[in-house]
Parts: sequence; structure tokens; C-alpha cells
Amino acid sequence: MAISAEVSTTGDELTIAVAGRFDFSSHQEFRNAYEALDTTPARYRIDLREANYIDSSALGMLLLLRDYAGGDKAVVEIVNCTSDVRKILSISNFEQLFTIH
Amino acid sequence: MAETIRILVADDSEVDRLLLSTIVRKEGYEVQQAVDGFDALQMFETYRPQMVLLDAVMPGIDGFEVARRIKAQAGEEFVPIIFLTSLTEADELARCVEAGGDDFLSKPYNKVILKAKLNAMDRMREMHHTMQLQRDEITHHHAHLVQEQEAAKAVFDNVAHAGNLNVPFIKTLISPLAIFNGDVLLASRNPADEVYVLLGDFTGHGLTAAIGTMPLAEIFYGMTQKGFLPGEILREANRKLQGMLPKGYFCCAMLVAFNFHKGTVEFWNGGLPQGVLLRDGQKSLVHLDSKHLPLGIVGDDRFDATTQVVEMAPGDRLVMCTDGIIEARDKQGNQFGFEAFNRIVAGADPRVDIFERLKDAVYRHIGSSGREDDITLVEITMVLPEDLPPPANEQVAESVTGSEEWRLSYELRPRSLRAANPLPLLQHVLMEVPQLRSHAGSIYTVLAELYSNALEHGVLGLDSSLKSSANGFADYYRARALALEDLQGYVRFDFRCEIEAARGSLIITVEDSGPGFDFRSRLSELEHTSRLAYHGRGMRLLRSLCQSIEYRGKGNEVEVVFAWSEEDG
Repeated sequence: MAISAEVSTTGDELTIAVAGRFDFSSHQEFRNAYEALDTTPARYRIDLREANYIDSSALGMLLLLRDYAGGDKAVVEIVNCTSDVRKILSISNFEQLFTIH
Repeated sequence: MAETIRILVADDSEVDRLLLSTIVRKEGYEVQQAVDGFDALQMFETYRPQMVLLDAVMPGIDGFEVARRIKAQAGEEFVPIIFLTSLTEADELARCVEAGGDDFLSKPYNKVILKAKLNAMDRMREMHHTMQLQRDEITHHHAHLVQEQEAAKAVFDNVAHAGNLNVPFIKTLISPLAIFNGDVLLASRNPADEVYVLLGDFTGHGLTAAIGTMPLAEIFYGMTQKGFLPGEILREANRKLQGMLPKGYFCCAMLVAFNFHKGTVEFWNGGLPQGVLLRDGQKSLVHLDSKHLPLGIVGDDRFDATTQVVEMAPGDRLVMCTDGIIEARDKQGNQFGFEAFNRIVAGADPRVDIFERLKDAVYRHIGSSGREDDITLVEITMVLPEDLPPPANEQVAESVTGSEEWRLSYELRPRSLRAANPLPLLQHVLMEVPQLRSHAGSIYTVLAELYSNALEHGVLGLDSSLKSSANGFADYYRARALALEDLQGYVRFDFRCEIEAARGSLIITVEDSGPGFDFRSRLSELEHTSRLAYHGRGMRLLRSLCQSIEYRGKGNEVEVVFAWSEEDG
């Protein structure tokens, strides 16, 4: 399980990349990725290219991030989902809350 | 100052023994002496030393044997043994350790080394003691926790898995991951004899997952039994859970409502794997997909409680599961998966029980990998209304000899028609009359039929023959939702109740603002349509429950007489 965070050069977008299993064990690391920032990004990108598994506690973590980023006003994109991950996200109808590519 | 440490010095050489005892005592320890192996074992029992300094070579029982017996007797307690030896051969020294010695000290004694070794052993002994105390404490707490959980589980099981689950047409498999699991299965019957089943899966496992179950079950049972509609129950459950659960926690859920009279199932799926409806001896499959966000995520304003209705004939089966079954892993970590689930359900031989096959396949897949998630499988078979077991009749009307006569009117205006379901309120009022209580189910069904006819065909002007086309039900309910948005008009209920000793009748008149219909030709047409047609069932149902039905005016007014006598039971 590895999480890396990168702020865009313009400073307004934070990309969090998750690799391996995205589940409860990554809870603290995922939170740190956006809470430890000095800046407040306008947009968040969650890159799941390397994530091969996602469980319901990871869905909960995404909800926490969305809440942190402003709830209904938050701009959170989830990108590069594998088909398995995509399936989990769409069963829960998370496209109603996030922009998913 | 801590207690003085008791040390036993065992050596058959008196000089060595006295010399050593003196040094040790000077270091602040309490000392007793044993003159040989036999004496050492006896002293060990009576004196209970906390450390033993033991000569390896002694007549009778030698030091190695003494060490073995002392270690055996000490059991879990750590009693350090330091061998006293003039042996220098490596394999002799190794024998000391093998026999249970923790260290050795070569003769002649060096005071500095002796002192350091005693201190080191004492620290180890102290550490071991502390660890053991902590271990005992943890064991104690754990036992306490398990006991508390078991008590809580008993309460929890009563709430989460109670209800109508002991009826033959509902089959379940529930395997808990821990003592508590995150899955919840609720079933209850409403006053119209519809069976509501709610399958839920809370985020996470254990206590956090179980805690949301209580309010969910309370809302589900309470509202179902009062006659609220699925959408109303879901909205309330979502509101409650959203206010109660911490952010990031939610409940994937599916609610299905079976109407055995009409042969339909109404469903809402928020976040659970698709339910599979098997029709016509499994020749056709309908997927009940998740179209909504799980419960507890968004506020009331964004929550969508829209349900869908599909037909379900007697013998048709509905299979539902939580994601535990999809995500069940084998030794290599491969998931059971949607494909396997669908393959088994779709390719099933009608003679073989799908439920059993799925259960077997999942357990075969998991194998002995020992990984077990919350697996919950539910299979519900549609039955004919007459095959429903009789409802538990908790309230038997007392025999009332007096007579009673009253009248009640209730009119619903557009805003009420759009927003509220008046049936629970009306039912509640009517059930205040003791004589009506034992007919609660029939009365609710009559009210529900009259109301939906007045609203849908009267005020909204929907044509029930829409339902007979292939996508009929979906089209019908879409049209209904559209029409509701800008409806105008009213529905008026009028109740007259006449009770005379053991007999009585409830006369219900319903009038709507719609244009009415040509009831004469419609009634004769009804005589000629088949019993299984999807429209016109409501009318047949009313006829079977009421003594008389009479349409009036232009067809926008109907009067039914519901009569009973005590002898009917």
C-alpha cells in the first residue's frame, strides 16, 4: 500500500495517487496526504491507476476527503480507475458525488 | 524499597557455598543454602527462592537434573538459574544451558562479574513478571469483552435478524465475520400483508458496523407495521443514519416489498450488488441494479427514494446478496466476482436450488483459506396470497356488546397528495376502534386500493392498461411520478361506522376530482380478462374483501361496504 501526493506547479490542484490495495490500512496515510498541506487546493485528483482493490472503508475515505474539500462544493475527480475499481464505485453510485473518469 | 530478592545457593562444597553466600548477601539479597541436589529441591519448595545459584557437579542428584526439575516446577514463573561451575569445556557449558540454566559463573568467583550477572538476571525476572501481569490483565479484559459482546449480540440478533425470517419462502445464509457483522437483514409484514425485506451492509465490521443497525431496524419495523411505503421508510432511514453515523460511514442497502395479491415487487437498491430476479422457471432474468447512493451519505434534499416496480409471478425467485459474497477470496486472494455469481445464477438448472449452488460455490472458492467476510445471501420466492402463513395476531378485539355509530371525513388537497401518504394516519385512526383491529390487514388493503385508484386513475388520469405492456410497470410509474409534480384536485374519504353488538360495517366512500370513467362497460370487460392480467387486479381484490362495491355519479365516486360479525373470527 503506497500513497503519494503531489501539488501542481500552479498550486491549485492536489493529486493523490494510490497503489495496491486501497482499504482501511491506508486510512491515516490518505488523510495525511491532504490534511498536511500548507495550501488549500481548489481541485483534488485521486489517481487510482495503480490501485487494484478498493473496499467500502476506502469509499468512506473518499467521502471524508469530499467533506474536507467543501462537501457539495468540492471538486474531486477520480481518474484512471481499473474496471474492478470502477465497478465498485458505480455500484455505490459515487458518480453522483464525484467526477469519475 | 522493593522486596528483598530471595536467592538459593546450592553447592556441596561448604567453603564455596559460604563464600558465595557472603558475597550475595552483601549485595543486598536474602540467602538460603542447600548442601546438595536433594536439599536444593526441598529448599526450592519451602523457601520459594526467586533466583537459584546452582553447582553443576554434586553427589546424588546433580545440578543439571535439579535445574530441569526446578524449571518444571516453576512453570510460568521465571526463576533464573545461574550455574556455578569449574567446567570450561564448551559442550559442558552448553549442557548447563540445555538443562534450563540461564547463565553460568566460573569458579573462582569474580565479585564484579557476579554482581553484574545477578543484576542482569534480576532485571530479566522483573521484566518477565511485568509481562505476565500485563498478559493476565489483557486475558481478563478480553474475556470480559467477549462476555459483553455475547450479551450485546443476543440483543443485536433480536433486532437485526428478527421478524418474518422464519417463513418458508425466505431463505437466508448469514455468516458473521466477527461476533458482530456489518450485514443486517430485516423482514416484516405491513398491514396489507405485503412483506418488506431490507438487506443492508454497513461500512466496516464489528461494533461500528453494528451500531447503525439499531435505529435502522427500529425505523424499518415501526414504519412497515404502520403501513408506510418503501420510499417513506428509506427516506426516514437515510435521514436518521446521515445524522447519526460519523462522516465516511454509510449503509449499502436494498429494500424489496412483495405484494402477493398483485404479483409485484417494488425495490430500491443503493450500493448493494444487483439483485437477480428469476422468472418463468429461470428462463428470464431481471437485474435489480443499484441506482442510488447508499443510506447515510447525503442529506434529505439530495436523497432519492424513488423505487421501481417489477412483476413477479408465483414461483419466481429473487436472489440478493451483500458484497461479501462477491469479494470472498480464495487462497491466492482472487475474488469470487460478479461473473461467477451471474454465471451460477443465470446458468442454473431449474431443478437445482440456486441458493444451495451459490452457497456451495462460494464456500468451495474460499476453501480453507480462512478468509471470511460477511456473507449474506437471501432468496425469496413469490407465493400465492393464500400460501402466506397467517399473521401473528397480537391484538384480538375484545367482545364489545354496546352499539356505536360515527362518521369521519378526510379530504386531501394537492400539497398533501404530492407529499404524504395518508394511509398510515387513516389506519391509525380506524384502529382506535377495537372491533376493527382484528380486520386490520383487510381494511388497510381496501384503503390502499381505493386510494391508489382515486389518485392514479382519478386525479392523475393514468390508464392502468399501460401496465400490461412489456415495460409497462416502469412506464406506468414514470408517468405517475411526472403527473404527481403538477397535479390539481382532491381525494375525499368518508367513513361511516355502524356497530350493533357482534356485527358491524364500515362504509367507505371515496370521491376524487377526476373525470370519472365508464364503470358499467369497464366492469363487464373485467369479467372477461384473465385472472393473471396485471391491470384490474385491484378491483378483484376489493371485491373479494368487501361485501359490496358501488360506483356512483360519473365514476369518480365509489362506496364499499366492509362488514363483519364476531363469528367470522
